[in-house]
Amino acid sequence: MLQRKVAFIDLSKEKVVVQNISKELRKKHLGGRGLNWYYIYNNVTPEVEPFDPENLLVIGAGFLTGLPTLGSGRTQISTKGPMTRGVGDANMGGAFGPELRYAGFDHLVIKGKAKEPVYLFVNDGMVEIRKANHLWGLDTYEVQKALKEELGDERVESMVIGKAGENKVYFANVMNNIKNAGGRGGTGAVMGSKNLKAIAARGMMDLQIYDVDNFIEYALQMNQQVLSTKWARTLSRLGTPLLYDVSYTTGFIGTMNWQYNTPGKEGEPLEAEYLQNYIVKHTACMGCSVHCRHRVKIEKGEYAGLVTEGPEYTMMGSFGTLVGCYDWDLVIKGNDECNRWGVDNLSLGAVIAWAFELYQREIITEKDVGFKLEWGDKDAVLKLARMIVEREGIGDVLANGFIEAAKKIGEDSLYYAIQVKGHPDLHTDERGVPSFALGIATSTRGADHLRSRPAIDLFQLPEDFLEKLIGYKIKSDFTAYETKGILVWWFELYFNIVDSLGVCKFQSTFNCPHCPQYDEYVPLLKYATGMDFTKEELIQIGERNYTMERLFNIMNGMSKKDDYPPERFFKEPNQRGLPFMKGRKLDPEKYEEMLMEYYAQHGWDENGNPKKETLERLGIEEPKPNFPEVE
Amino acid sequence: MKAKTFVIDPDKCTGCKDCEMVCSLYHERVLNPVRSRITVIRDPLNGIEFPTVCMQCEDPVCVLVCPVNAIYIDENGAKVIDYSRCLGCRTCVITCPLGGALIDPVSGKTIKCDLCGGDPVCVKFCSTKAIEWIDVSIANQKIKRASLNRYLEALKRSK
Repeated sequence: MLQRKVAFIDLSKEKVVVQNISKELRKKHLGGRGLNWYYIYNNVTPEVEPFDPENLLVIGAGFLTGLPTLGSGRTQISTKGPMTRGVGDANMGGAFGPELRYAGFDHLVIKGKAKEPVYLFVNDGMVEIRKANHLWGLDTYEVQKALKEELGDERVESMVIGKAGENKVYFANVMNNIKNAGGRGGTGAVMGSKNLKAIAARGMMDLQIYDVDNFIEYALQMNQQVLSTKWARTLSRLGTPLLYDVSYTTGFIGTMNWQYNTPGKEGEPLEAEYLQNYIVKHTACMGCSVHCRHRVKIEKGEYAGLVTEGPEYTMMGSFGTLVGCYDWDLVIKGNDECNRWGVDNLSLGAVIAWAFELYQREIITEKDVGFKLEWGDKDAVLKLARMIVEREGIGDVLANGFIEAAKKIGEDSLYYAIQVKGHPDLHTDERGVPSFALGIATSTRGADHLRSRPAIDLFQLPEDFLEKLIGYKIKSDFTAYETKGILVWWFELYFNIVDSLGVCKFQSTFNCPHCPQYDEYVPLLKYATGMDFTKEELIQIGERNYTMERLFNIMNGMSKKDDYPPERFFKEPNQRGLPFMKGRKLDPEKYEEMLMEYYAQHGWDENGNPKKETLERLGIEEPKPNFPEVE
Repeated sequence: MKAKTFVIDPDKCTGCKDCEMVCSLYHERVLNPVRSRITVIRDPLNGIEFPTVCMQCEDPVCVLVCPVNAIYIDENGAKVIDYSRCLGCRTCVITCPLGGALIDPVSGKTIKCDLCGGDPVCVKFCSTKAIEWIDVSIANQKIKRASLNRYLEALKRSK
């Protein structure tokens, strides 16, 4: 585990330098997301724009990626992102990260811009830059098939961009296989800006496990612990669409661009059980015993014959409630298109829904778009999506994300954009849940549900149980503001560790308090790597890694003003939902107190800047460039 | 001892490759799926996840063709390679109709499933029971039940 290396790749100079990763760096940052941000924090200075050749694109396998436990098939992709002009960061499932490790590498730090399209071939300790002119223009499925063919090996795993990345759509993603997306942050656009179509990995290098017998036994025990939970068993059957039923019946789900918080009865056709009619098989990422994904087939209708994977809950908002469509066929078809294009379906859906509301409010008109944008019009949704990816007409404006688009459409339009730091939100409606609202607001990559969301807050767990889990007194009531700053802080550090280890959040204390967490990671790390970590050390690594991301955002001009949920959530109360959700909106004063509690917990001052003593305690220094100079 | 057999159901295989990973760990003491005795053909782009492993044949062709009698049958019925004899001539690899014998690309040795001494580690890790090592009588019942389901399915479609 400790022999895996980092490759510094300069696409402009066509040079590669390979270095070891020291134990000291592991002790400070683990791997995956943590080490990715160590490289970016030290090497990307504020004047570098996201699409400048000097920007870095960093790929990282987690410290436990590629093991037969806890869904450890994860890969982290990090860069200065185009939407927020700060932390651009994505975590991807599938099989790329494990293959990268078998090929001898944990991290690829990519700089520069190739003169013409290229791809990287990472193979048994070597990194090769190869021409990709013949691959440019292919969709994400086609290019992966072409690479397997060209390299003559069906075990090749690639992370690739599609049309969206080539066109530098600000929310383009990177893809592995059919549905594994490094979805958020616009990392695919940065990859496209470097003329980098794909990274193909293939390896046969032994991964040394420190204590084989104990590892096998413990890995199996971890899998059994996860599978014993009701959460994992339901996820195995329905995948993330299982979240739909509770969110639409309660009133947590953005509808017609967050004008409403549920479609009510109208949304019934999208209930998760109906997806059963499409499922042909369950599939999994590498190292996952849960298998939350589906292979689906549309048997009849307009899209009959389509076989694909997914969709996730995100898509049920994007091409569902957010645009007033309640049709699984559209969700599945749209999901497949997004995957082929290599675009973050979550961000795309949020931008489309925004355009629909701007149309409703006559801020944009049929003349601007070329056709009508009426709620529930499936063809209009697909047509606008394609225009954005192809950068046609108004699609070219929308492809630059909310902030840039609003400059062209009119600044007033930004009120209707549900975003933080310029980054679109998941279609959850956070108005009624203060901890969720704080989490999307303070997330370093902008609005997002996977950086801290304390989903267990909704379970109203007993307070003595929460105290045992979190280490602080936390209010059980999910509508409370008090103590929720601490809860969000805890999950920010914890999810950082999950991403740095490269294990799956769905097998962590995210939606289920009985899944493995720090206490279980300590022995797992020992058996796998031979390195000793205490729980306290892991928490501090999470704190260090998270604070460095925060500092990167601050260096790039962000401050307290960027730590607020969308204005709409303070002004417009929920229109629908169960009695305890209806009429709820965020309270500005209480929010402010919660934010202060959160800053204090992090050891940041009242403006959200990490205090000097916090930086000293965490051993964070000024950025020191360390990308090796190559001639 | 009751006779046992592998029952493999590709419809249940998710392509997670836990079996390959633990097989290489158990046998080679390192994690490296290409050195596994069990292979999952994982090809999501074409909708395929398919586990393949030595079925421990009743009348094993590998035992028959081995020029130096290096493959013996142990107390669990496993056909096991005796490396003090094995030449690495690949005759078993070429002749096995199921692809049960393989070549370890790192060591160059011929490898095949030895049932881990009677309790296959791949089976323990297979969370969907896509691969099971069970009593033959139970296996027969499962196989019959599966064929009944196929029949009922066909009947439904023909109506």
